[in-house]
Amino acid sequence: MSKPLISVRGLTKVFGDFTAVDGIDFDVAKGESFGLLGPNGAGKSTTMRILAATSTRTSGTVEILDKDPEKFGPLVRAHLGVVPQQDNLDGELTVSENLYIYGRYFGLSKKFIKGKIEELLEFAQLEEKRDVKVEALSGGMKRRLTIARGLVSEPDILLLDEPTTGLDPQARHILWDRLFRLKEQGVTLVLTTHFMDEAEQLCDRLVVMDKGAIMAEGSPQGLIKEYSSKEVLEVRFGSDRNKEVAPQLTTMCERMEILPDRILMYTEDGEKLLEQIAAAKMHPTTSLVRRSSLEDVFLRLTGRTLIE
Amino acid sequence: MNTGIDVVQIQRFGAFYIAAARLRSMAKWKSIIAAVDIGNPLFYLIAVGVGIGVLVEQGSGTSGTSGIKYIAFIAPALLANSAIAAVMDETVFPTIEGFKWRKLFFAQNATPITGRQIALGVYLSALCRAIASVSIYYILLLAFDVVDFGPSVLLIPIAVLGGGAFGAVILFAAAIIENHDQFFNILGRLVIMPMFLFSGTFFPLSSMPIYLQPIGWVSPLWHATELGREAAFDYGVSTLMMTVHITFLSVLVMIGLFLSMRQFERRLAK
Repeated sequence: MSKPLISVRGLTKVFGDFTAVDGIDFDVAKGESFGLLGPNGAGKSTTMRILAATSTRTSGTVEILDKDPEKFGPLVRAHLGVVPQQDNLDGELTVSENLYIYGRYFGLSKKFIKGKIEELLEFAQLEEKRDVKVEALSGGMKRRLTIARGLVSEPDILLLDEPTTGLDPQARHILWDRLFRLKEQGVTLVLTTHFMDEAEQLCDRLVVMDKGAIMAEGSPQGLIKEYSSKEVLEVRFGSDRNKEVAPQLTTMCERMEILPDRILMYTEDGEKLLEQIAAAKMHPTTSLVRRSSLEDVFLRLTGRTLIE
Repeated sequence: MNTGIDVVQIQRFGAFYIAAARLRSMAKWKSIIAAVDIGNPLFYLIAVGVGIGVLVEQGSGTSGTSGIKYIAFIAPALLANSAIAAVMDETVFPTIEGFKWRKLFFAQNATPITGRQIALGVYLSALCRAIASVSIYYILLLAFDVVDFGPSVLLIPIAVLGGGAFGAVILFAAAIIENHDQFFNILGRLVIMPMFLFSGTFFPLSSMPIYLQPIGWVSPLWHATELGREAAFDYGVSTLMMTVHITFLSVLVMIGLFLSMRQFERRLAK
């Protein structure tokens, strides 16, 4: 196997008496799409800012393209594209001006940037907005522009912090499609998300983070297989009765999670389990059989849901 | 991999890239900036030249101002003050915007550009704005016959130096503060206003009680004003004091810039 593009060992970041990142290890290979999945406050963004060679670390080692980002910040950043959680575009400038000035920060020639702008406007589906002030764009358009801006220097690695948070479902799907294209082109992607469907769609491999630590690592399917059952039966008896019926239900399935509004029952065959419940003369007000997801993996690992 | 990126070149010119981007943003406001930069001097020249100046000269002639017309006496101070106002506009707002409102500095710092270059770039672009503002003011002074064309042209670099000295310090202050509402109140009411009134702007510093004079001594406005008066009218400032004024302003530039660049770097690396 060739040397990883990113190599992180024992990475720790402490703010005052708060440990945001607590000794994490991972590698990212060339062309891989790697995700950091976890709830808000898990330490994902802090990790990303360190990978972006802007934030300093408290301890541990980080190597990006064989270099320590803390010692060779500008040199490392020359090969990164960064899409931060908040779109920090210059709202007073137009779409194409934003791409232009950003290209200049990489010392790229005017000629090169001019050509690149055309390519990126097409990629971001913003050709008709080229001379529009950024302030006037929708949230989804701003997000696509921020991603396009991150690509102006043809980076080796694209870092995306919560790429679709705050977008409506349609805008998210457009964005996923764009990111999927980049992945097909062989761009190495590192992204953070607290959406399990996003992680499942975009990541070849991911780590599940909670409270600054890595709880598990693997492919989305691998993690689901390892930490959850094939199917999940969700039943609701009403918030008062959920607790009452729980002892009786727990004997019927492999594992069970009681959430405030519903009970999750882990099993290989959801329909069969539902029949058993009916046979036991218990009548849930609603029931749903679904495949296990990364949400269930997270619940298993931490006892909490991803979005609280 | 993009092989067109030359990090050495960015290390050399990064601050200029930032300054160029800042100037581009300023250009979006060009009509407002022009209105302020022309309107403000006009108000002063009319109010003081026609109003207060006549009153002062009726009272004591030009004896209190070393034989200089009152409007001419305050002209170097007005120029320096205009440079200070311009530099303040173009350092305080972009800095708070860069760190807090739009977080533009974080976007810039995600490229090979460093925090130190961002600080320097913002500062350079503010100086450009000051040069423009002061030049317009100077042309209006010529048009109103307040100064004669000649050595008085030195008023331009002197005013810019005064603005630059103040701006370097204020850039540092803007980079430190977290609560900007209080900052604007304090800056406007407790720094800018007293500095404008007590820096020998409207009357010689020596005509104030001694306990008020230190306000002038630490004020870039007073140092720039004294330099300007000497350059434009042979006001009678000694060579020693000229050296003190230039040194004071230059040291302020250096200390302010040093602290600003360090603070930008630290705050971005958090």
